[in-house]
Amino acid sequence: MNGTEDPTNDEMLVETDVSDGLSASANSVSRDAETVISSENINVWYGDDHALTDITMDIPENSVTAMIGPSGCGKSTFLRCINRMNDLIDVARVEGRLTLRGKNVYDDDVDPVALRRRVGMVFQKPNPFPKSIYENVVYGLKIQGIDADYDEVVEESLKRAALWDEVKDRLHESGLDLSGGQQQRLCIARAIATDPEVLLMDEPASALDPVATSQIEDLVEELAEDYTVVIVTHNMQQAARISDKTAVFLTGGELVEFDDTQKIFENPDSQRVEDYITGKFG
Amino acid sequence: MSTDDLETDLTRNTENAPRELLTRSFFFLCAALSVVTTLSIVGLLITEASKFFTLTASLMGVTGETASIVDFLTGTTWQIHSQEFGVLALVSATLMVTIGSAVIALPLGVATAIYLSEYASAQARSVLKPALEILAGVPTVVYGFFALIYITPALEVVFPDIGTFNMLSASIVVGIMIIPMVASISEDAMSAVPDELRQAGYGMGATKFDVSTGIVVPAALSGIFSSFILAISRAIGETMAVTVAAGAQAKFLNPLNPASYLEGALPMTAAMVQLLTGDITGGGLAYRSLFAIGLVLFVITLIMNVISDYVSRRYREAY
Repeated sequence: MNGTEDPTNDEMLVETDVSDGLSASANSVSRDAETVISSENINVWYGDDHALTDITMDIPENSVTAMIGPSGCGKSTFLRCINRMNDLIDVARVEGRLTLRGKNVYDDDVDPVALRRRVGMVFQKPNPFPKSIYENVVYGLKIQGIDADYDEVVEESLKRAALWDEVKDRLHESGLDLSGGQQQRLCIARAIATDPEVLLMDEPASALDPVATSQIEDLVEELAEDYTVVIVTHNMQQAARISDKTAVFLTGGELVEFDDTQKIFENPDSQRVEDYITGKFG
Repeated sequence: MSTDDLETDLTRNTENAPRELLTRSFFFLCAALSVVTTLSIVGLLITEASKFFTLTASLMGVTGETASIVDFLTGTTWQIHSQEFGVLALVSATLMVTIGSAVIALPLGVATAIYLSEYASAQARSVLKPALEILAGVPTVVYGFFALIYITPALEVVFPDIGTFNMLSASIVVGIMIIPMVASISEDAMSAVPDELRQAGYGMGATKFDVSTGIVVPAALSGIFSSFILAISRAIGETMAVTVAAGAQAKFLNPLNPASYLEGALPMTAAMVQLLTGDITGGGLAYRSLFAIGLVLFVITLIMNVISDYVSRRYREAY
């Protein structure tokens, strides 16, 4: 169930058949940390407000990359650049290159709808559709016209989201009847049901209690075995616990330091990052 | 602040009490007025209608009103001169206007609401919404002669043997009249759908069409159904436009047969106008039949209200 092996992948992202960098990805199933997402001088403005300044970073495959920083530092904005969700905001303007397996997602021939089918997203507030649990999970398959054994996909996705045992007897009840933590795991199941390459998570545990948070954290670490996970969090301990790499954004929309998580938390290069990590500000 | 001051501050101000009582009573009277009016109207309808049924029962040579009520409710001929009062002839015409206008207004109204809520730019919305409000504010008699003078001649081009008065043009014009109601109530319901749900859809790679029809509309279903019921109630009760456009001759037609719509008939409301404006004597049978029709109309709209209430409870989504 790996999206990269789907022969129709190139057509899914690119409207016309000019898939340059992407075609290479079909062959790359090696386990070494290949770059999946590469950002080169990404700048974002909301109207006149310069929200992100010259963000350049490479996000490796099958790992958890955390983005931390104080409120308003642009970490969520950067996350939303990856699947072009900022397109939905009228006043937002993005400049620079952001490549997914070598293909610039801001090229004119890229269809954001197709991009979002390969880059799944989980939001801060659990947002299941007012439909049954089953319908929530198969939603992506239905809109993408993927022909699959729905029952099987539902079971597999819910199992991977560690929700199956709790809901297997009530799949046809409304997703809104679940608790907050269950709803968020349902949203994760929904996002992985279509088997995207990358999973973006925007503070997925911030609205949850500690038990549900720890379930989500365990889940994120497991998901990184098959997916490239990029997670925004304002909880530094969470970033330290679950991520392989950490990017620290600080006020003003700059990426101050990006390195292995251990290095960031034990011996950061930047004094500002050290001050932030040790709680001197932010 | 000393203890004395505090004492004065906290003491109940008796000066205000009479004024409070006065305003309270005034608002209560205002609220009571509508209840009293409604009850009086219902009471009047029932007493006058029962007199009608007593009279028709004696005409039939039976005692007790049951037979005459059954006769009234199941009869399909409405012929005042020959004293035939079969209300189904009128109900069928009302039903036709209701079905016909619903077929036009419900899809168009929902489509308009989807456009306004999901697609329209702020600029487009600023033009469209006032236009819809104006459509809702046009006097209904204007719609009536619009049907007679413009819609019917246009329909004659397509259906040469259509009558001057016909149910089709009445249905079209009532449909146009209720579009704003469907559109604005449905749009309110769609705008109330939380943006997180749209974001979830787009994040899954849904197109705007997928999000509008697959997420927003189902989530707003309770409001959309309410708009349907309210619009249908309005179509049932609509008077002036159908009086002008539908015709003056009562005739029982099959509402489910499309060919019926080319003929004219007499909806309940139009029949009541006819009875009121015609030269009928005050105490006569025809005059009393007015109340019997009114009662049937009242019961139908009451049922619609109950359905509306049930539907909006049943399909309400708590996000």
